[in-house]
Amino acid sequence: MSTVEATAGSQRGEFSDWVRERISHAVSELTAATALVVLFIALSFASPYFLTADNLFNIGAQTAVIAIIATAQTMVIITKGIDLSVGSVAALAGVLGAMVVRDLGFSLWAATVVAIGVGALAGLLNGLLVTVARIPPFIATLGTMSVGRGLVFIFSGAVGVYGLPRSFQLLGNGEILGIPFAVVITVLVAVGVAFLLSQTRFGQYTYAMGSNLEAARRSGIGVRRHLTGVYVLAGVLVGLGGMIAASRVNSGQPNYGISLELDVIAAAVIGGASLFGGQGRIVGTIIGAFLIALVRNGAVLLDISIHYQQVIVGLIIWAAVYFDQYRRRRLEARG
Amino acid sequence: MATTPTATADSERQPTATEPPVLEARGIVKRFGHVEALRGADFTVHRGEVVALIGDNGAGKSTLIKTLSGVHPPDEGEIRVGGRPVQFSTPLDARRAGVETVYQDLAVADDLSVAANLYLGREILRSGPLGRLGLLDKRAMRNGAAAALDELGVRIPRVTTPIAMLSGGQRQCVAVARAIIWATSVVILDEPTAALGVVQTQRVLDVVRRARDAGMSVVLVSHNMPQVLEIADRVEVLRLGRRAARLRTDEVTTDDLVAAMTGSLSAERDER
Repeated sequence: MSTVEATAGSQRGEFSDWVRERISHAVSELTAATALVVLFIALSFASPYFLTADNLFNIGAQTAVIAIIATAQTMVIITKGIDLSVGSVAALAGVLGAMVVRDLGFSLWAATVVAIGVGALAGLLNGLLVTVARIPPFIATLGTMSVGRGLVFIFSGAVGVYGLPRSFQLLGNGEILGIPFAVVITVLVAVGVAFLLSQTRFGQYTYAMGSNLEAARRSGIGVRRHLTGVYVLAGVLVGLGGMIAASRVNSGQPNYGISLELDVIAAAVIGGASLFGGQGRIVGTIIGAFLIALVRNGAVLLDISIHYQQVIVGLIIWAAVYFDQYRRRRLEARG
Repeated sequence: MATTPTATADSERQPTATEPPVLEARGIVKRFGHVEALRGADFTVHRGEVVALIGDNGAGKSTLIKTLSGVHPPDEGEIRVGGRPVQFSTPLDARRAGVETVYQDLAVADDLSVAANLYLGREILRSGPLGRLGLLDKRAMRNGAAAALDELGVRIPRVTTPIAMLSGGQRQCVAVARAIIWATSVVILDEPTAALGVVQTQRVLDVVRRARDAGMSVVLVSHNMPQVLEIADRVEVLRLGRRAARLRTDEVTTDDLVAAMTGSLSAERDER
């Protein structure tokens, strides 16, 4: 009697179960990857410039910033949180990074450390607002978004930070063996965070908190500390991304990153991260970031206005979240 | 109504009369504002027995369970584990003392695999410096989980399956197994079969029996009187925040249990 359920369907049933399990894990990633390939091929035909080395390099560098910040966003989304402050924190990090180079003569590397520190502080603030002040992540990071943007304008006097040495561009426009330096950094970040999430206790707790916070707490996990840690780490990556973005345009732009949160949330969700928490993998997010960057790039090449780009990204977010909901419902119906 | 018990020799079927109860609560008082949920409640669990804790809604069952598992520290009274007084300020304290609790809905993380759930909060890390960096030894946890579930007779497709893909019964079996695996003295199950069908319920109860046979003590909170009589060795009845009766299941009927819960039978036949 006790074996009725488990053995139902014999070996073959178990195998097909296993396959289904694997596929349902990767289904968003496969869908996103397919869309990516289709879009890539379509753009190759649609625009003669698309496949040029310059443009591909450009896409790589453009993807890099989105991918790094989307990686941060993914970690937060896995915990059932969301970080709306990524755009303004990236701008703050980039502007302050540029200012310490211009005004204090910092090297690029020292400035990068400053930018990362700015991001980490913002992340710590977000984390404490969520864990200690118990403000829902959406509101907490909405506040940080506003405060961050305000501070950027205050520090910069609302004008771009120019007059930087050429070396400032290394992070965003430099290359190693023809590969954009930013892409190399992105790969390192993505591999590192993917490893962290899938192979370490920190990662395990990240998924556990997003999946069932109370179960995690009762399992003796230091929920506050770990959740705060996730936000801090996300902030570090946002700071790094902001610095790369500033380096790309060789200036600190106080207006940088407005509505960037939409792009990175879209990238994460397209790649399979669930806004209901507990699910998401970096490989999916990277595919999603590529997709978003391609949409942006393709729109520019095909001379589609930025306003339509906004519409397209919005449609993609709807589709991805609908798909996620649909998948959850089916899973629940099965269970 | 029963009054506070006075000490008498424990004539229960204890093999060694000198062995102290694995878990004991004495005179527990717990107030929430002006509401006194527990008014000097006692509770006793001996080694290797299944004790059902029953009582009408509002009798204080949940509150008592929560004091025993460290969620609500008691305002007055004493909790003893193996005869030694303990202070449970957090669930972690209770777990460290060997008392594991399975709550109705809060037990497992749906998105994690079976193995990850069994080891949640107690992950096995790689040996050496990699382990100090927090690197998981997933293989060891897979193997450990498979072996432990096998021992308890819990059948699931694979330990790598996410909980979300299991049936309700399998899910609850995993939650119960998780508590049993880590408990060193007592497992507390709060309505473990409330949401389950007949077959699934039997599977959970099978797991409980196996644990009992292996020497584990189990506290079962249940509203299902036939089930209580089927699985439990003893029943402790809570009424109005106090223990109203202690009964052996081989001596009573469902009617007796209901009578004790409603107060028409007051059988705090004292055995302490």
